[in-house]
Amino acid sequence: MTQSVVVQVGQCGNQIGCCFWDLALREHAAVNKKGIYDEAISSFFRNVDTRVVGDGGSISKGKICSLKARAVLIDMEEGVVNEILQGPLRDVFDSKQLITDISGSGNNWAVGHKVFGSLYQEKILEKLRKSAEHCDCLQCFFIIHSMGGGTGSGLGTFLLKVLEDEFPEVYRFVTSIYPSGEDDVITSPYNSILAMKELNEHADCVLPIDNQSLFDIISKIDVMVNSGKLGAAIKPKSLVTSSTGVFKKRQEKPFDAMNNIVANLLLNLTSSARFEGSLNMDLNEISMNLVPFPQLHYLVSSLTPLYTLADVNIPPRRLDQMFSDAFSKDHQLIRADPRHSLYLACALMVRGNVQISDLRRNIERLKPSLQFVSWNQEGWKTSLCSVPPVGHSHSLLALANNTCVKPTFVELKERFIRLYKKKAHLHHYLQIEGMEESCFSEAVSSLSALIQEYNQLDATKSMPVEDLPRLNVAV
Amino acid sequence: MSIVTVQLGQCGNQIGFEVFDALFNDSHCPRGLCSKKENEAYQASCKERFFSEEENGVPLARAVLVDMEPKVINQTLSKAARSGRWKYGQHSCFCQKQGSGNNWAYGYSVHGPRHEESIMNLIRKEVEKCDSLSGFFIIMSMAGGTGSGLGAFVTQNLQDQYSSALKMNQIIWPYGTGEVIVQNYNSILTLSHLYRSSDALLVHENDAVHKICAKLMNIKQISFCDINQVLAHQLGSVFQPTYSGEGSFHYRRNPLGIDWQVRPPLSGLPPLGKMSVNREIHFNTSIANLVILRGKDAHSADVGAFKDPALYTSWLEPVHAFNVWKTQRAFRKYERSAALVSNSQSLVKPLDRIVGKAWNMFASRAYLHQYTKFGIEEEDFLDSFTLLEQVIASYCNL
Repeated sequence: MTQSVVVQVGQCGNQIGCCFWDLALREHAAVNKKGIYDEAISSFFRNVDTRVVGDGGSISKGKICSLKARAVLIDMEEGVVNEILQGPLRDVFDSKQLITDISGSGNNWAVGHKVFGSLYQEKILEKLRKSAEHCDCLQCFFIIHSMGGGTGSGLGTFLLKVLEDEFPEVYRFVTSIYPSGEDDVITSPYNSILAMKELNEHADCVLPIDNQSLFDIISKIDVMVNSGKLGAAIKPKSLVTSSTGVFKKRQEKPFDAMNNIVANLLLNLTSSARFEGSLNMDLNEISMNLVPFPQLHYLVSSLTPLYTLADVNIPPRRLDQMFSDAFSKDHQLIRADPRHSLYLACALMVRGNVQISDLRRNIERLKPSLQFVSWNQEGWKTSLCSVPPVGHSHSLLALANNTCVKPTFVELKERFIRLYKKKAHLHHYLQIEGMEESCFSEAVSSLSALIQEYNQLDATKSMPVEDLPRLNVAV
Repeated sequence: MSIVTVQLGQCGNQIGFEVFDALFNDSHCPRGLCSKKENEAYQASCKERFFSEEENGVPLARAVLVDMEPKVINQTLSKAARSGRWKYGQHSCFCQKQGSGNNWAYGYSVHGPRHEESIMNLIRKEVEKCDSLSGFFIIMSMAGGTGSGLGAFVTQNLQDQYSSALKMNQIIWPYGTGEVIVQNYNSILTLSHLYRSSDALLVHENDAVHKICAKLMNIKQISFCDINQVLAHQLGSVFQPTYSGEGSFHYRRNPLGIDWQVRPPLSGLPPLGKMSVNREIHFNTSIANLVILRGKDAHSADVGAFKDPALYTSWLEPVHAFNVWKTQRAFRKYERSAALVSNSQSLVKPLDRIVGKAWNMFASRAYLHQYTKFGIEEEDFLDSFTLLEQVIASYCNL
């Protein structure tokens, strides 16, 4: 079994990361009743004897002593990390695995990437190496950050190059929060475009997510829960937005609920690698199956169901609804409509009491309404994990490599150009050592090239699929 | 004579367990519908083939379990041990920490050479436990990375090191609508490599077995366990002991002793006709058929219909192409049961479909970077396509 290390960068990255660790602990606690430190837990946690001073405390088997997250927390402001270290999860984090500063990046990618990048490069490497040493077989780095700010965007993407050079064999999966249209950070288009270039070049796989979609999803859940139609039929804590603590009917802090969705995404992504099932799917299979060409590594994700009703026996109709919802534009974690765009590949990761016949029935049912690229007409990757998420009886994570991600990039480019044309706020960037106008033009070219690839694929959408002439052989 | 089973990857290990379970259950089935002496001879023969000397009274399966990640092997070992009736040898497994990522190239070019010595050592230990080795039964899937890639590599090694022993590969053909997106690439690479080193490829298609579960057995929510059990039942009915000849009183010693080599007539093949797969054929032309009858009236059953020359290709006499094995000992509570192993055109369509889809994907160069990263180049793909097109053409021409 392999291990993964989570690197959470910036305010957004750390807040999501915190939700992730909370949910991960809950999940393992629910599955692992005997408190034995097993391979599933070891994928994200170390087992440490806290009485031992220094580094020698790691325990590889036996009873759980004290769990430490395989995480590196990075922020150029202290507020968020301090809050985490004073909160209920303080014992889960190794105080040595933090990198903080006080001044912040001022929502400036260049400060995050160039200034703090060079300032903290050695320290970052040291922490990463340490976390890798604690792993028996490190398979993947999960980077969580936002694109619109300064630290997550700049320093977060600086990290990618460091990881690529230092750990070339280890996968880099990036969860990126893209700015919505009404983002209050004026310079977010600059930050995002500059970050995109790094994602294009140094990430193995990117899961783009935007706040607006997350917000729409929690609004929808609120409506469903409060409409009274379902009433007491909903299982407590079965919302995809639920966290520890009491089941709140009205979410006071929407960001908590939104972050929980992303945390669930990461848990479900790794569930088939951690837990048993009749058709396992490891993390290296995600990249293998969903990335047909190195540059096209952006995956649109959707999580269903949003809640589970208290029925013990799930009637097939409800199960089928879970599959249908996964393809609806309302359930995507980014503004996208995969149904009306072109699929290059699609993965369905199912958890819980679902069998291969349910999976097949739904693929057959939904296939005719989806368009797949000509050379991958049956491009489905499937996995069945027997362990459901906490509070649910079953769940589905759909990952799509689909041209529907293009509008997000096009919009980003347009917002950038509007700002760049006026040279607005540019001096904040250009005054940083190492930054020139060419950085911007290169970043835009990189994005334009990516958009062009998606355009070319879209152009093939309505063309009839013809079988190519085969090899003629002599018998 | 004994068979050493090599179970590779998730599929191979999940199926392997069901096969041994089916074999064991059948041989210890109380209702054999035959005399006690008969039953004992059957049990002894089955045991010699598939199980080795008991360890504390529990038979050990003659098997080597290989997987590149630990979850499935751990599950398989504990399932077997839990039953208390038979189990796998504690040291008969080889496991790594990180899987093959559905990548044939990774299984074949990285895991293969890296773990060659350890795996072949395990196999050798199992072979040494046999009084006399009949051959190898390798269970693997075509769609993934370990079963397919590492499976091809191991089969090649078996060919090199045990050239006189028969190698039969049980291959699982994936569902037509994907389990794995690169399954067609993995399949053509597997088949073309196995063609060069395996003696026999026994094929089971997931789609076909799924249909059996749905239509013949009326299972509502079909799981992989159901599918694997049907498969195991079929394999069991082929591999359990049968009499070696008319009137013989001993169980056939060589369980894989079918004359697998089909020799085309010395005067060369008949002139090539139109090689279209869409040609209307009323039945699949065979080059070899084996019927296995078990239970009541097995000895008196009329198998004349199988000797109809219309079933076979023009250059074969039915008497050379058809074989029947029998035993009155019933299989798993079925008063009468029959199995058919056939080398015919029935797999041409599925094979053609896989080659077609792989070819379309290859033309767009999609996913190739994942293979070239580990040393499988476009040349290797082209070689595989060429070989398989030849196989399709040969079969179409029967």
